[in-house]
Amino acid sequence: MSSRDELLKAVAENQPMNFPLPEIEFLDSECIYLAETFINVLTSIGGAVVLIENLMEIETYILEKFKKSDRIVTTIPAIKWMAELIPATSIPPHALSNVDFAIIDTHCAVAENGAVWVTEKGIVNRALPFICQHLAVVVNARDIVSNMHSAYNLIGTDDYGYGTFISGPSKTADIEQSLVLGAHGPRSMTIFLIM
Amino acid sequence: MIAPDKDHAALANEFNKDEQRVDWHDETLWWVRQKRDNAVKKLPEWEELREAGSQIKNNVLGNLNYYLQQFETNAKANGVHVHWALDAKEHNEIVLDLLLSKGINKIVKSKSMLTEECNLNDYLLDNGVNVIDSDLGEFIVQLANEHPSHIVLPCIHKKKEEIGELFHQHLGTPSGNSDPIFLTETARQHLRETFLARKAALTGVNFAVAETGEFVVCTNEGNADMGAHLADIHIASMGIEKIIPERKHLGVFLRLLTRSATGQPITTYSSHFKKPRSGASIHIIIVDNGRSKQLGREDFRNSLKCIRCGACMNTCPVYRRSGGHSYHSAIAGPIGSILAPNLDMEKHADLPFASTLCGSCTNVCPVKIDIHDQLYKWRQVIVKNGHAPLAKNAALSVMTKILSSPVLYKVAGKLGRLTMKWVPLVVNNRFNPWYKQRELPEVPKNSFGEWYKKNRNHESKDK
Amino acid sequence: MKVGLFVPCYVDQFYPGAAIATLQLLEKLGVDVQYPSRQTCCGQPMANSGFEHLTNGCNELFIENFSGCDYIVCPSGSCVLHIKHHLHSEKNEVKAAGIRSKVYELVEFLTDVLKITNLEAKFPYKVGLHQSCHGQRGLHLSQMTELMAPAFSKPRYLLDMVSGLEIMPLDRPDECCGFGGTFCVAEEAVSVKMGKDRVADHIKNGVEYITAADLSCLMHMEGILRRQGSPLKVIHIAEILNGE
Repeated sequence: MSSRDELLKAVAENQPMNFPLPEIEFLDSECIYLAETFINVLTSIGGAVVLIENLMEIETYILEKFKKSDRIVTTIPAIKWMAELIPATSIPPHALSNVDFAIIDTHCAVAENGAVWVTEKGIVNRALPFICQHLAVVVNARDIVSNMHSAYNLIGTDDYGYGTFISGPSKTADIEQSLVLGAHGPRSMTIFLIM
Repeated sequence: MIAPDKDHAALANEFNKDEQRVDWHDETLWWVRQKRDNAVKKLPEWEELREAGSQIKNNVLGNLNYYLQQFETNAKANGVHVHWALDAKEHNEIVLDLLLSKGINKIVKSKSMLTEECNLNDYLLDNGVNVIDSDLGEFIVQLANEHPSHIVLPCIHKKKEEIGELFHQHLGTPSGNSDPIFLTETARQHLRETFLARKAALTGVNFAVAETGEFVVCTNEGNADMGAHLADIHIASMGIEKIIPERKHLGVFLRLLTRSATGQPITTYSSHFKKPRSGASIHIIIVDNGRSKQLGREDFRNSLKCIRCGACMNTCPVYRRSGGHSYHSAIAGPIGSILAPNLDMEKHADLPFASTLCGSCTNVCPVKIDIHDQLYKWRQVIVKNGHAPLAKNAALSVMTKILSSPVLYKVAGKLGRLTMKWVPLVVNNRFNPWYKQRELPEVPKNSFGEWYKKNRNHESKDK
Repeated sequence: MKVGLFVPCYVDQFYPGAAIATLQLLEKLGVDVQYPSRQTCCGQPMANSGFEHLTNGCNELFIENFSGCDYIVCPSGSCVLHIKHHLHSEKNEVKAAGIRSKVYELVEFLTDVLKITNLEAKFPYKVGLHQSCHGQRGLHLSQMTELMAPAFSKPRYLLDMVSGLEIMPLDRPDECCGFGGTFCVAEEAVSVKMGKDRVADHIKNGVEYITAADLSCLMHMEGILRRQGSPLKVIHIAEILNGE
């Protein structure tokens, strides 16, 4: 018998009686101020929020924070005149290792934990939101949901190859519980929140 | 794992020789417990959420055979390779074969307690494969040639000065620099080269969704993703109990996991791997290693609901004052003490006794595992299987004889009190572990029974 | 109402004062208390050490002693919890089940059965309330800090009736003292450290007396306090509630 069959047989023999699945009823707890909650939570975990009215305003931020020699990339065609557009055709992730600042698109954001949900569609290359030194995500205020249950409701049966919730800059507290931002991923995370 | 030539009590005794360090360890972990309390207080539905998590996991245990096959079918349809391993040995061999078949002799790993359980690092090193742990805490314990002392906070037992010294020795940082920001930056630079150079990455699995065939890996550092997205081959090791039925159930578990673990509302990254990126491959290894046996133990199967948050360790007053290494097992603390005896009852016979049965672990468990009740039940099983120390056997049977007989009890009680009163050296000596750091109770003249006979029975006679 | 007084073995031998206070307090409240003289031990020391299979003798004796009572009351949460969860009988399981359902720790008997609302007691001291784990997490005498649920405390409710008594808040209101039965000798180092930390919390918060509904914890902490030469004293809750 193969290991697979032997394992499955042992499980079948030992598993207990069926226990019904519960209903998940925590949808949209009475959170009214979604954007406010999202901003509060995200900033409390080291993220930054910049309120904008349109994508043009991102350029001001870039000019203020970055040098001309910095490599600034985006996956959003609408702002390709202010940053290098990552082509949809596959490029090796190693080619992104010198990216200083990446601006990506998101599907939705979650108020309760300051996370944004991105998939391959919005990031083009899986490595991009990790390998860049600084990350920015464009979030439309109307795409903020209250909690994770609502987020998965929205995600539904989407057939992504890869998707991730990102909540703030990469961080560690492994040394004596001292929080340090910028572990292996981005040192900062900025949300451009379109109100 | 670590060879247990000493039991928990002896290792804890060593840990307690430096009392200031015990205080520091206790307070650091208590602070994490407090962060957890503050985080869960913000969710009015917290207890309902725990109940939902518990019920979903109960459903998983009852349908595990079906869900495993459903997961396999869907993962394969997604283009992911699925492997099955009956035990640690088979798991390690599969990893090695995958690497050798691609001519790879270097691998970068993110956190996986399963590979600790399987002792994968040593196996790969013995077979000429270089392994680098990329989680900062695991990287540090690897430099120190130690094992993680906590499943979420691997080097919580280490002071920053010790870490600074390790970095000085191994990475050439200036001696005496123990600033966490500096040390983290050093590790970042060092490991970035590793990530860019490695062709194979191994990660653990936090949740595997039967409905979709995807699996989720949670990190704060981004190290699992850095490894997986830069490597040609991504190997993901998972225990059979990591399965959950549907994608929407991730909503429940991702809300529970990090709030319980560190008090964060969610980890920085909760990455859902469904299909390999073009030009790369994903291999999942589904491992049993004793889990199906535990599934068959009615009293202990609930331990398989564990989502590895570490909350039971942070709240455990014994763990906080004995350190993770005193449990001489891949997974320390209360949950480790109910998992380890299933793997090797004799070797881990001491662990279910390393508890006061205070019950705090059960209360913080996000999936409601009855941890302290299982500790009690393991004690019964271990004694019945003949793994109790001989001296304890003898002492307990004498005690039983006395306590089962009212006459013997009265005589022994009187003798005991007389002995303590008139010949205190018999009991108050260094061989009596109670007396080492504690006084014995002051001995009363009479027991309550004797007092009652004198005072109440007379009264009733007088009336 | 016939109440059987169950006095745990170590209370009988070392702390008769707490048992006397329990008896007097119940009598003061008009309860008909009987003390079956052939009682010994609930069997918990064996069971918690993994020898539950050796407790049959203790169990049968317990049933013999107490099955005639309407209620069984005991000044120790830990022993009550053991009886409630683990008392069984091969000879007469019906009687064993009856005992399991009518055994009460003293505090919960006062608040839940007698439902007392006032007490004539005086104790003009600063008191630290130690939440013994088996009473708290086992018998739910108080809410537990781990759970997100409304706060309550039955011992606190009673102590608030005592005139002059001031309850001092603690940094860690429900951490274990480290006694743990045979744990206290088998894991001596950790047990003592837990006890030292617990009494330090009381000392730091200006407590004069540590009280609890379980003497085993108090015995452990008293042993540490006396070794330290501390003026801080321990007292069983029955002795406070029975105080004149």
